Amino acid sequence: MSVRPALRPDQDGAEYMPFVEETYDVVVAGAGHAGCEAALACARLGLETIVFTVSVDSIAMMPCNPNIGGTSKGHLVREIDALGGEMGVNIDKTFIQSKMLNTSKGPSVHSLRAQADKRDYSQQMRHTLENTDHLTVRQGEVAEIITEDGKITGCRMVTGAVYHCRCMVIAAGVYLNAKCITGEVNTYTGPNGLMAATHLTKSLMEHGIEMRRFKTGTPARVDRRSIDFTKLIEQKGDEPVIPFSFTTDPASVQKPQVSCWLTYTNEKTHQIIRDNLDRSPLYSGKIKAKGPRYCPSIEDKVVRFADRDRHQVFIEPEGLYTNEMYLDGMSSSMPEDVQYAMYRTVPGLEHVRIVRDAYAIEYDCINPKQLKPTLEFKSISGLFSAGQFNGSSGYEEAAAQGILAGINAAMKALGREELVLDRSQAYIGVLVDDLVTKESVEPYRMMTSRAEYRLLLRQDNADLRLTEIGHRIGLISEERYQKYLDKKKNIEEEIERLKSYTVGGTNQVQEFLDRNGSTRLLSGCTLAELLKRPELTYEKLEEIDPERPALPADVCEQAEIEIKYEGYIARQKRQVEEFRKLENKKLSTEIDYSSIKSLRLEAAQKLNDYKPSSIGQASRIQGVSPSDISVLLVWLKNRQSRKGKD
Amino acid sequence: MADYERTIAAVSSGLTESGISVIRISGPRALEVADRVYRSPGGRKKLSEQKTHTIHYGHAVAADGSVLDEVLASVMRAPKTYTREDTVELNCHGGVLVTRKVLEALFRAGAEPAEPGEFTKMAYLNGRIDLSQAEAVMDVIRAQNDFALSSSESQLSGSISRKVRHFRDIILDVTAQIEAALDDPEHYSVDSFRESAQQSIREVRAEMAQLSESFYDGKVLKEGIRTVILGRPNAGKSSLLNTFYGGDRAIVTEVPGTTRDLLEESVRWSGLSFLLTDTAGLRETEDKVEKIGVDRARNAARQADLILYLIDSTESREDFSSEDRDALASLSGRKCIVLLNKTDLAGEACAVEEEKRLREIFPDFPVLSISAREGLGIEKLKKRMAELFLNGKIAYNNEVILTNERQKMCLDDALQSIDLVLDNFDAGIPEDLLTVDLMDAYRSLGKIIGEEVEDDLADRIFEKFCMGK
Repeated sequence: MSVRPALRPDQDGAEYMPFVEETYDVVVAGAGHAGCEAALACARLGLETIVFTVSVDSIAMMPCNPNIGGTSKGHLVREIDALGGEMGVNIDKTFIQSKMLNTSKGPSVHSLRAQADKRDYSQQMRHTLENTDHLTVRQGEVAEIITEDGKITGCRMVTGAVYHCRCMVIAAGVYLNAKCITGEVNTYTGPNGLMAATHLTKSLMEHGIEMRRFKTGTPARVDRRSIDFTKLIEQKGDEPVIPFSFTTDPASVQKPQVSCWLTYTNEKTHQIIRDNLDRSPLYSGKIKAKGPRYCPSIEDKVVRFADRDRHQVFIEPEGLYTNEMYLDGMSSSMPEDVQYAMYRTVPGLEHVRIVRDAYAIEYDCINPKQLKPTLEFKSISGLFSAGQFNGSSGYEEAAAQGILAGINAAMKALGREELVLDRSQAYIGVLVDDLVTKESVEPYRMMTSRAEYRLLLRQDNADLRLTEIGHRIGLISEERYQKYLDKKKNIEEEIERLKSYTVGGTNQVQEFLDRNGSTRLLSGCTLAELLKRPELTYEKLEEIDPERPALPADVCEQAEIEIKYEGYIARQKRQVEEFRKLENKKLSTEIDYSSIKSLRLEAAQKLNDYKPSSIGQASRIQGVSPSDISVLLVWLKNRQSRKGKD
Repeated sequence: MADYERTIAAVSSGLTESGISVIRISGPRALEVADRVYRSPGGRKKLSEQKTHTIHYGHAVAADGSVLDEVLASVMRAPKTYTREDTVELNCHGGVLVTRKVLEALFRAGAEPAEPGEFTKMAYLNGRIDLSQAEAVMDVIRAQNDFALSSSESQLSGSISRKVRHFRDIILDVTAQIEAALDDPEHYSVDSFRESAQQSIREVRAEMAQLSESFYDGKVLKEGIRTVILGRPNAGKSSLLNTFYGGDRAIVTEVPGTTRDLLEESVRWSGLSFLLTDTAGLRETEDKVEKIGVDRARNAARQADLILYLIDSTESREDFSSEDRDALASLSGRKCIVLLNKTDLAGEACAVEEEKRLREIFPDFPVLSISAREGLGIEKLKKRMAELFLNGKIAYNNEVILTNERQKMCLDDALQSIDLVLDNFDAGIPEDLLTVDLMDAYRSLGKIIGEEVEDDLADRIFEKFCMGK
């Protein structure tokens, strides 16, 4: 890995200018949440990796909400962690408040969310990157990708420098031709005034990649000293704090937390917005790009949900060493003066001073149907992509794709089997499958309802689902793997014990049941059977379980969930078996579907468009009917039989 | 999704009011499933213990032990069967309703309703059908699927598919409300909503149960090959319907334009059922009511599987009316038989001449001479109609019946899921588990009207709830 000056003909062909040339195994373009995970995965697997960022000061920047996790996103963070990723570890180091959401609901929707000290989060991630072997951090803008015979071979920087590589991951976030919009004012920058990347889109299009334009937005940041906290409702963190990472010692995260604050918009706020809709870029037609439905701006909320007389606003600190506060719930692209007017109608914000205006941002991204489930481009071998560049939204969604793209870039460079996570294994699998299979017209956000097997894909068992894979890939240490095996064994043994331990209808037991509002026993019954009663818990049962071994809390939790929801879990496991049958029937991307006569024209077109990797994926493409799948199954069988004969 | 490790059951013969219907059960668990429904006279004989290719007398019994029908059960073990898998065939004697009940008992015993084309597919996948026929097999599956698909909704009367849609709508609403709260617990609470959700689900359940009970009583199903009788006024369409029906079903007069609305009647022969529709005569008219009738006739023709186009042979002219010409031209590519009616009045020679001329102008369509009033040529017509659908071994009628069986099964599946939801509501099970069953019910109902889930839920959540930061 040496820097070699070389000569290159200039565009005119007349003069020669020197440029830097280097060779790496993997190039990662972008050091946001996706780029960081991708770069770390590759470097940790021993590949010489370089990660480019428009500004080294903005590594793992959080330009929008100051938190990590939340419903379904918390699941993603845990999964990234189980695969050996960094996001969970990093937020455990830098959180300033933590909450487990939905604890009154079933275990499949419990979700961890932590407020981050944004600067610290970015700083810690930068520290990790800078101190990882085989990883080089470099400021610079990638201008072009270089390919040969349909394979990626490197990239060219705006400076003219060329970086040769075996694989590349594009994680450009929202920077491609980014445009920030506040009312009538446009600035052609990325978030926070950072430089936009203005060359790469053109190069990608020249390589036949279909681009599109999406939009997202963020609320204003305001000065803490200008807020009247007496009018706000305090939102405290949980105690004790539960860490994100399976490797974090819970004792290490018990520290003082800061509060968030709740207030509401009102009719006055809404009136100001309605009066100024003609100045809203969203409604005046100035913004044409597609924005997300789940993260609407306040003007969108007021228009679309006109019957609601108020909307919640959470006021969240951006960090410990700043007075900036984030107005969660009031993202906007209204002009500056309207922003002041509307924010100041909200109780507690009557005299608020804005530090940064709210804005909408438009950016180029790809249509992700061009990707395989490994996140590699179907048309360019060795080129992978992740994050908002793929049309998703959210830090966690980005990081989840980042680690997968990174792993697969590494696997490809090493000539090893690539990793595909399916819908029954992980939220990451659901996320990627939705992205590459479903027609989407807005930035994609994860939701627990998108995971059809969510009872199996809980945040509490992400390690049990994915540590094995992380270990096989090489991102999980032997020591951690051994711990996982021990935990698994402990859980199995405890479940077994609860299923075989019988209690009789003794006075003590009956009295215990009475006290807990549970019906008395008529005959003996196992602890497992009692545990299935909604009113009883593992903790409560301790009283009538004298032989209970001392076990770590996470083991007890798993045993309890597995027994309590055994019926549902078993049903989902059966559904997964059915699902897998079709997933395991692989389709080559070489197939020309228009040559299969019995397929309907529409289906053949869609299949050619998507080139699905399995019959299962084909069955989820809109416009492909069950009968097309039947035809495909017969066709596949026929082809296999013929191959067998040859 | 159909796969070849399933055990499937379906009526494999035509389902007729009189005579024998054959139910075929095929798959790895065929014998086990059949044993749960079959009872020998002594009560002890098990089909699973019998030699292959043997026939056994006995009864088909429901889960509660009540006798449904007298049956002859043929045991055929793999590989010497049509599908190359273990197969049991039950010969039932009790007519349509009883055969259906036997089939339902088999489903309850663990068989699944065959998907369109599944027997053919299994035979192929298990190597019974030669590879060289693969393309033909795909075409057959395609055709059966298309037929089943197009008939799945049209076999239900409009009010029923509206009902199913309504059930789905309510289920989706409740689910979306719960899911919105689970996804955004700081904005939405599900606690206050539990009771009203329970109430909505209970109401839907009652309506679904009612529909399930009445599924076979004729109001729900209109099954058969949709055959539309078309032609100009006074061509004898209503007479033809009456002849098929064997009685005065439609009003017949000399006055052109007597029939104003659609009139339907189900008739069976050759193991096929035809849903015949008499229509208003095609002509330009100023009469409001008649005009609606003509529109309806054209609509019915668009949805038909088969069209019988009647031409009055007594109106012998140099050329055909432009209405006939236009109508027949618009039917190009469809299954259609042109009928030269009233040959008893026109005289034989004249009819032969006319037939010839018609064939020249419309070479695509078979032409037959009949007299609807006298019943002349009707047997030949019936044969011809059956041939059109039995060619290529595509048992369309079976697909229709299967479609309906699947629909009933799906409805009952949905009911079961809803029952689970209600039980679990009472037991205080958390909402994220309730929606698993709610969505199962939603999916099952979707299969009845041929709609898959796709992203309905996410769309509904975004549409009704203001989510996010």
